[in-house]
Amino acid sequence: MTTAPTLEVRNLQTHFFTRAGVVKAVDDVSFTVRRGKVMGLVGESGSGKSVTGFSIIGLVDAPGRIAGGSILFQGRDLAKLSEEEMRDLRGNRIAMIFQDPMMTLNPVLRIDTQMIETVQAHRKVSHEAARQRARDTLGMVGIPSPDERLKAYPHQFSGGMRQRVAIAIALLHEPELIIADEPTTALDVTIQGQILAEVQKLAETTGTSLIWITHDLSVVAGLADDIAVMYAGRIVEKGTVAEVLDRPLHPYTSGLIGSVPSRNKRGEPLRQIPGMTPSLLNLPPGCAFRTRCPRAAAPCMAEPEIREILPGREARCFLPLTSAEEQAA
Amino acid sequence: MTVYLVRRLIQALFVVLAMSVIVFVGIYGIGDPVEILISPDADQIERERAVKALGLDLPLWEQYLVFLGNALQGDLGRSFVFNEPALKLILQRMPATMELAFGAMFLSILIGLPLGLFAGLKPDSPVSKGIMAGSILGFSLPTFWVGLMLIMVFAVQLGWLPSTGRGETCSVLGFVGLQSCNEGLQWSFLTWDGLRHMAMPALNLALFKISLVIRLTRAGVRETMLMDYVKFARAKGLSRSRVTFVHVFKNILIPVVTVVGLELGSTIAFSVVTESVFAWPGMGKLIIDSINVLDRPVIVAYLMIIVLLFITINLIVDLTYSMLDPRVRLETKGT
Amino acid sequence: MSDVALKGAPASAPVPAKVETPFRRFVSEFCESKVAVGGAIVFGVIALVAIFAPWIAPQNPYDLAQLDIMDGRMEPGTVGGAGFTYWLGTDDQGRDMMSGIMYGLRISLMVGAGSALIACVVGASLGLLAAYAGKRTDTVIMRLVDLQLSFPSILVALMILAFLGKGIMNVVIALVIVEWAYYARTVRGTALVERRREYIEAAQCLALPTHRILFRHLLPNCLPPLIVVATMQVARAIALEATLSFLGLGVPITEPSLGLLIANGYEYMLSGKYWISFYPGIALLVTIVSINLMGDQLRDVLNPRLKK
Repeated sequence: MTTAPTLEVRNLQTHFFTRAGVVKAVDDVSFTVRRGKVMGLVGESGSGKSVTGFSIIGLVDAPGRIAGGSILFQGRDLAKLSEEEMRDLRGNRIAMIFQDPMMTLNPVLRIDTQMIETVQAHRKVSHEAARQRARDTLGMVGIPSPDERLKAYPHQFSGGMRQRVAIAIALLHEPELIIADEPTTALDVTIQGQILAEVQKLAETTGTSLIWITHDLSVVAGLADDIAVMYAGRIVEKGTVAEVLDRPLHPYTSGLIGSVPSRNKRGEPLRQIPGMTPSLLNLPPGCAFRTRCPRAAAPCMAEPEIREILPGREARCFLPLTSAEEQAA
Repeated sequence: MTVYLVRRLIQALFVVLAMSVIVFVGIYGIGDPVEILISPDADQIERERAVKALGLDLPLWEQYLVFLGNALQGDLGRSFVFNEPALKLILQRMPATMELAFGAMFLSILIGLPLGLFAGLKPDSPVSKGIMAGSILGFSLPTFWVGLMLIMVFAVQLGWLPSTGRGETCSVLGFVGLQSCNEGLQWSFLTWDGLRHMAMPALNLALFKISLVIRLTRAGVRETMLMDYVKFARAKGLSRSRVTFVHVFKNILIPVVTVVGLELGSTIAFSVVTESVFAWPGMGKLIIDSINVLDRPVIVAYLMIIVLLFITINLIVDLTYSMLDPRVRLETKGT
Repeated sequence: MSDVALKGAPASAPVPAKVETPFRRFVSEFCESKVAVGGAIVFGVIALVAIFAPWIAPQNPYDLAQLDIMDGRMEPGTVGGAGFTYWLGTDDQGRDMMSGIMYGLRISLMVGAGSALIACVVGASLGLLAAYAGKRTDTVIMRLVDLQLSFPSILVALMILAFLGKGIMNVVIALVIVEWAYYARTVRGTALVERRREYIEAAQCLALPTHRILFRHLLPNCLPPLIVVATMQVARAIALEATLSFLGLGVPITEPSLGLLIANGYEYMLSGKYWISFYPGIALLVTIVSINLMGDQLRDVLNPRLKK
């Protein structure tokens, strides 16, 4: 690797201080996002993947806050920046795309207003220049006749079109990093495919890095370069997509892969992970996955640390699936 | 849409008719109008003649038809006290009541919106808790007593504002084609003295609405702040004030203003109390005085006009809703 | 535990453990809000003062023989001709304001609670009938409710008093007519839901008389929301009575309620004699706020939607 990574998250802890107790939504999370690459952040709902994304962009709301660790973005620690410095980065150097395109655009403001204000929040340019930029970006994400569409209100767009607008807003300042929080989950499969292809192309041409938050392994498989799997606020496994998906080390990753229906496994019963995601308020002592893990044994009563198990492969497990036959099972 | 409009208009017409029966029977049927209409010194023959002249010997339903016929021609009887057409008396006093009601609604938005916004944005701050406690008080305080206290503090103790009356008025030619008002409508809010007189009554009348606006705004802000588009706006790097005053504010403004508009009718009705406290020469003060001296034609005229006003407001509100929300239209058609 | 109670019980009987009755749960949930408990206590004191006014008030403010016109408009704290201190001052007729307020509370509470009770009976019955009979009965009753609720309470009350004339009974009638619609709407709403439950069907299968089904089966299940509405309506009735009396349309001048006491002080306030209007207003305010605070908590406790 010759260039420095775009983003380096080290031992990030984001905790919610609720009346019922401290919820460790993100606990000791570390990963790097390489320049121009896509990092897939995978996990079930409530695993802390979205909170991780919001921590990076500095939008964790009370009673939550970053309790420890550092977020190095091009060498600057975002966790230590002031609110104004953070605001200047948001939408400018780091952008975010949300899950539900029906909800992310303000229903009472026209598209041009919502785009121009973003341009002018970071650049001192004329209204006309900002409008020009908005129009060009809309064209870039594949919206036909952008001049007319600029004057429309969000409800005049379909879901897929709205997500394109949201992506265009994220691209206005050609950020170094885009955090995409399940941006295709709410869309039809065909639209999802179009948007994925579009994003992949953009990332390649602009050199933008992406954090793609999703629960859908098939999306990650086709899109991402690296992957980090989260469970109960912690990363349980990370590595390159090819290696992790082909030879998972952590039983949870293996379970996730097993529960994806695929044509190759037709006829076989789908494997599933028994039980439910534990409540973050009372995690079982030791390994958090212990209660649902088919391999759980005596050592799992202690808390596992994330460690390098194979070269370039890290997992948080005492009893990883190291042999080839186990991984294939 | 046209069908719906016609249906609603016919419904409104029936309500007006029903109310006119109720008011007529209530005023002329329950009491004995002869007692009031005819001088107690009159002898039996004079009495009978007067009864005949006034049509009081006719059965009640015939009297009602006469009343209705006259009402349709704009004749709601003559005031015993002022010896002038009742309708004219009321229309003369309408501008005073209207400017008071609109002033109060303006104040309720001017004061309630910022306070509600603050309470919604910082729900845990002591100031917000104070605002919310104040709004509970605003719902509980008897309006007339607050009016008295305002007079005591600002007029008697501090001497800043005049206690009663309407002050200097400015005449603007009646732009509404009311024949009885062709001498021009009198407005207080156009002169400084008039505004000084208006300040306390308008605030008093606004008190309840301010509490209402505070609650609505606060609830709206708290709901809107949780929306994805607010978070997205922040993720775009917009300043906090831009997010608050453009993205949040614009979303809550529409429902709040709608509700305040809906309250116009009740504001006009409750101005009865405020006008009495501040001796504001509007319709409300007139009706109280008229009830006290049993000036029946004025009472009937006032009630009919206010009923008409209410039905008009309700009609406009219903129509606006059905235009905004197609589901409303379907439901009403279903019943 | 008292000796008397123990003697009546068999010696071997164990001390009964606290059973979780619905009433007890209701009380403990109500007590979760300190503000509401405070409101209940304050209201209790006010009610006691109102009930026992003839025994604790320094003077009978309605007995003109006891009033000394020489003591008129005295400031709070002055010792009057009769030898006792006017802690809250006197009005223009030399009436002790504290006694006046105590007796005024009596009238205000009586009118408020009385009209709320009558309106509750009338409104709940009509609401039940509308829900149970359905069809045309329902339509007629609910149209009436809608029509009435589209006019503000003060206007309806003014109209009634314009028909009937002044007087305390007429105020009660006006308040009942203003309020019944709220009860009817509430009861109908709940009853419509309850009506579809199995126990009503069972009662119908047993061919129980309609009035028995309505009042013994349906009504008890509509009580929680009814209680909430009733609490709020008592506060509204008291406020409305005070307003009407202030406007000179309510109670007679010889037996002033709080509203009339305030009205009496109106002309003297301009000369700085604030107490005649001020203290009755405070009494009125405290009464209404305490009832509203209780009502808020009752709504939270009795609202089935908030129950887990």
